[in-house]
Amino acid sequence: MMTCKHVTRLLSEARDRPLILSERMGLGIHLFMCSGCRHCGDQMDLLRAACRHAGGGEGEKTHLTL
Amino acid sequence: MDDPGAKVDQEVAADLSGFRDDLLRFAVMQLRDRSLAEDVVQDAMVAALEGKDGFAGQSSLKTWVFSILRHKIIDLLRRRGREIRFTDLAMEGVELDDAIDTLFADNQRWTPEARPGAWESPEETLSQQQFWVVFRACLDHLPENTARIFMMREFLDMEVAEIGERTGISAGNCHVVLYRARMKLRVCLEREWFTTEEKR
Repeated sequence: MMTCKHVTRLLSEARDRPLILSERMGLGIHLFMCSGCRHCGDQMDLLRAACRHAGGGEGEKTHLTL
Repeated sequence: MDDPGAKVDQEVAADLSGFRDDLLRFAVMQLRDRSLAEDVVQDAMVAALEGKDGFAGQSSLKTWVFSILRHKIIDLLRRRGREIRFTDLAMEGVELDDAIDTLFADNQRWTPEARPGAWESPEETLSQQQFWVVFRACLDHLPENTARIFMMREFLDMEVAEIGERTGISAGNCHVVLYRARMKLRVCLEREWFTTEEKR
């Protein structure tokens, strides 16, 4: 079982690179059980949406595929 | 005599000047230099006006002028050369990592105080003026070199590989820097915006 700290690292990296299968699975299992980390991921999405919005972009795109 | 071309120019110019504050704020954040930012925004607006046939319709005008500005800022950063100071970046990292460590207990799970809560929907959040004041303040609190990397990624929309080519930092290091920036920003927003929201 991944720790929350490890998961937050992966949540961030998922927004910059495609995760490998084992990372995706570990992350998925953890997120299923941990609302704190789920919220952390949502918050990172909001950060990205805010940056795109401030940059005049339309909508946001993420690399996150779970 | 009415010149339809001149009329369109005027309309586009009026629309563009409506975006000027947004453009300027964006440029100042990236460049951290007010007069340089004013120059580059001016350039972008002129370029947008000159190439006004290059965009399709009013809805995308803002997106389009921002993309011109983005390219001009990237050019500027490149010509300015070495914008990241590695020793400073590393020192910033020590402090940011210490702050991240305090969020987790010895077993590397969230402490009860640090456990992230549910935020309201992005649409609702981003439509509130006050949110942007807090967001900018939180961005300003990011250490300088860390902020530059974060902005290249999230504002200039550069991929990690491209940031590496520009700055010389490795992909691994870039991921770490982006992680630190995101954690610092979300803690700042949670504290300064979302918590006070609940208290209201």
